[in-house]
Amino acid sequence: MVRKLIAFLMVIVLFVVSFSNSPITIKGSDTMVILVQRWAEIYMRNNPNVVIQVTGGGSGTGISALINGTTDICNSSRPMKKEEKLKLKEKYGTPGVEVKVAIDGLSIYVNQQNPIKELTIQQVKDIYTGKINNWKEIGGKDAKIIRYSRENNSGTYVYFKEEVLQGEDFEPSTQNLPGTAAVINAVSKDINGIGYGGAAYGKGIKELKIKKDAKSPAYAPTKENIRKNLYPISRYLYMYLRQRPTGEIKKFIDWILSPEGQNIVESVGYFPIR
Amino acid sequence: MEVKQDSSLLKRKFRPTEFIAEFFIKLISFFSFIVIILIFVFVFREASPILTYTPTLQEIPEEELLQETYGEESLENLNIGPRKTLEEHQVELESEPKSIWQNIFGLRWEPISAQPKYGVIPLILGSLKVTLIALLFATPIGILSALYTSQFAPKWLREILKPSIEILAGFPSVVIGFFALIVMASFFQEIFGYTYRLNAFVGGLAMSLAVIPIIYTVTEDSLAAIPKSYIEASLALGAERWQTALFVVLPAATPGIFAAILLGFGRAFGETMIVLMATGNAALATLSIFDPVRTMAATIGAEMAEVVFGEFHYNILFFLGAILFIFTFALNAIAEFVVRNKLMKRFSGGK
Repeated sequence: MVRKLIAFLMVIVLFVVSFSNSPITIKGSDTMVILVQRWAEIYMRNNPNVVIQVTGGGSGTGISALINGTTDICNSSRPMKKEEKLKLKEKYGTPGVEVKVAIDGLSIYVNQQNPIKELTIQQVKDIYTGKINNWKEIGGKDAKIIRYSRENNSGTYVYFKEEVLQGEDFEPSTQNLPGTAAVINAVSKDINGIGYGGAAYGKGIKELKIKKDAKSPAYAPTKENIRKNLYPISRYLYMYLRQRPTGEIKKFIDWILSPEGQNIVESVGYFPIR
Repeated sequence: MEVKQDSSLLKRKFRPTEFIAEFFIKLISFFSFIVIILIFVFVFREASPILTYTPTLQEIPEEELLQETYGEESLENLNIGPRKTLEEHQVELESEPKSIWQNIFGLRWEPISAQPKYGVIPLILGSLKVTLIALLFATPIGILSALYTSQFAPKWLREILKPSIEILAGFPSVVIGFFALIVMASFFQEIFGYTYRLNAFVGGLAMSLAVIPIIYTVTEDSLAAIPKSYIEASLALGAERWQTALFVVLPAATPGIFAAILLGFGRAFGETMIVLMATGNAALATLSIFDPVRTMAATIGAEMAEVVFGEFHYNILFFLGAILFIFTFALNAIAEFVVRNKLMKRFSGGK
């Protein structure tokens, strides 16, 4: 009996030891999970001795894990907030290290049957803040505009509010859906719908071209237009660390920022930083 | 003398193995109880800071919080946003800042904002709206199908019906939510022609799929517990089978049915995934059932992951949790109380 127990314990210990090859843990933004997972997969294939664990949960979850020391790297689709930097500084003496890893272009979509092809930033703002309520006011047919938004837990929501709504609040009937896929699905099924989110290849929707102001030409969210700063709604995606990266973590991040790592970014639907 | 010896035999002798075994069994049986208490304490502790909340503006020197960057040496300046944070935007703020309680009992829920609004009224209203719609559909369907299986269905059919409806209870709510989002919303929009594709009605209807099995199972059990003598007496008096079922069996099982409805209410009130996907999540304080709604459970489910831990927004989400907790706790207590009292009176005291 005792011998069995000892054998059992030894098996457990062996099990734990074999997996404790100190993996690099990455946690945070749901937007970035697929991208970072792809990076990790390919990096691990080329470096079999490195173990990288990627989990989502949201940018806030990732940042608080970074503060609590339960993750090495945190993914965030928004810059860290003041309070979070302050907490990090209180605990580790430094407000952390920021690494920009990719660019995300935000698209505005409408239903495929909607005749509207382009909008100015101001019009998008007026739609979402409730100043424009009918498609006919901006050249569409006479129908109520149904606004779709991401949930307020997403970095995309915050970014949209900061950049497009200029800090103003959403019109209260704006529907908040969990995830870009849900927004795309809703717009594809709702003739009068409008939504925003990452680049999308969904059926039944149409990405609008965006004008910076009434006089400037309209641009689609393509890589070239974002790089030339012509398409106005794009943002960085970040990784945060407590200290400057060293050892295996530094190698991994350097690889992400290398041309090889940045090539992968486009295959997932985002844009490289250089 | 002999008597004395007997009593010493009766005295419990201390046996270590038995003591340990007993202790462990006791520990396990108290475990779930302890867990509930701990969760209760945790939720209320995390919610409590809002009672003593005083808005303080912390002045933090910007340069002290300047983060190091890494790998940006060769990066061209692309002028990519966000260029300003929410706080830096010069938005027209309401002239008079409201007190914290005015804010909490306000009509707007906009927690991520230059001037955060934490009005819980639309959320409570939303939870109640969806729950009542769900019950409106689930109660008659659940009770009538329970009545059918327990009173009318032949044995072989009952053996198919009961387990299959009960399987519906174990259906992942995310699947029901997805079904509502993709199929039900469009289907009912074509019938009713409402403006908002996702609304309280669709959410409530989807929720009733999750509530029906609960009402069904509990009702079925209480119908099956009705003494045969009641039915035989009714039939002997010349009542038909449907008359017996509706006017004898159903009234006799009222307390059980009541408990079933309350349990269904609790399930619907706390359900997160279905409403998160199917109701549109707009915090509107209207009474129309075809408007999108945002429920308390969906709000917690959606926002908890992104909140800054320990911030006011975090506390207010736990406050919502506390409201949910109190609501379901009270309902379960009422259900228990009614069943205990009324069932006792009917079946033991009444005889």
